[in-house]
Amino acid sequence: MDVRYINAFVRSISNTYETMCQLPVSVGKPQIKANEGPGTDVSGVIGFSGDAAGCVVLHFSFDVASKLATRFAGIDITPEHPDFADAIGELANMVAGGAKAQFDGLNISISLPNVIVGENHSVSASKVAPRIVIPCDTEVGQFHVEIGMEIGKPKTLAAAATQGAAS
Amino acid sequence: MKIMLVDDSRTIRNIQKNVLKQLGYEDIVDAEDGVIALRLFNEQVPDLMIIDWNMPNMDGITLIRKIREINKTVPMIMCTTEAEKSRVLEAIKAGVNNYIVKPFTAESLNEKLTQTLAKTNAAAGA
Repeated sequence: MDVRYINAFVRSISNTYETMCQLPVSVGKPQIKANEGPGTDVSGVIGFSGDAAGCVVLHFSFDVASKLATRFAGIDITPEHPDFADAIGELANMVAGGAKAQFDGLNISISLPNVIVGENHSVSASKVAPRIVIPCDTEVGQFHVEIGMEIGKPKTLAAAATQGAAS
Repeated sequence: MKIMLVDDSRTIRNIQKNVLKQLGYEDIVDAEDGVIALRLFNEQVPDLMIIDWNMPNMDGITLIRKIREINKTVPMIMCTTEAEKSRVLEAIKAGVNNYIVKPFTAESLNEKLTQTLAKTNAAAGA
């Protein structure tokens, strides 16, 4: 995945949490995910389609997700609160939308957010594209953002298919 | 002044409500998608609407087009993560009066609201 697209996510993560949670984020070095690794408690998932295919997943522990949701909503939000998943999903939506806006010249749609809540779960993604993990550190704790995405591929494939059909 | 908030995220609607109440706006109704918003609109036309783009059942851009078919003047502000220039132009073409990109601050919401009302009042007085 082109570093320009990874940087778009890095900027969007910082902007989203600083603006909506008044929380500076220290973003670590993005790494290729080598294995499934340890599970997570809360995942906010946004799908991409169009000129980019894949998804971005924000992974949190219960504790960090709860503290972030509380800062975002301005009220105490525990994992049992009816707005817990809504708050996590909306933060994921803003991260994905903010990154998408920086993908110049690409026509991309994002899905409505999905949120998975459950102790020590994992989220499987397409094995086609390498998955990039961006570690994030804040004063309320750590979380990480996982990106698994092919960019420009659908258009390329469609063009190749059209060419093949014509020849 | 009656303000209608349309967003599928209850958290966002609550954040917007809190900002508006701090600014002195007390008469606020909200809807979680375009279908509900259109029904509420037909019952009582609000003085201003703040509308998200991506929502289930009926998205914000469809809602704006439907409202403009029946009402040319109600001020509408799009508040969305869709930040590309092409999207902003599409929304303006559909009939929005102003545009806020999420994430947003209380100050930016206040600024856009004030701008929109000032322009609307000026147009009404002209």
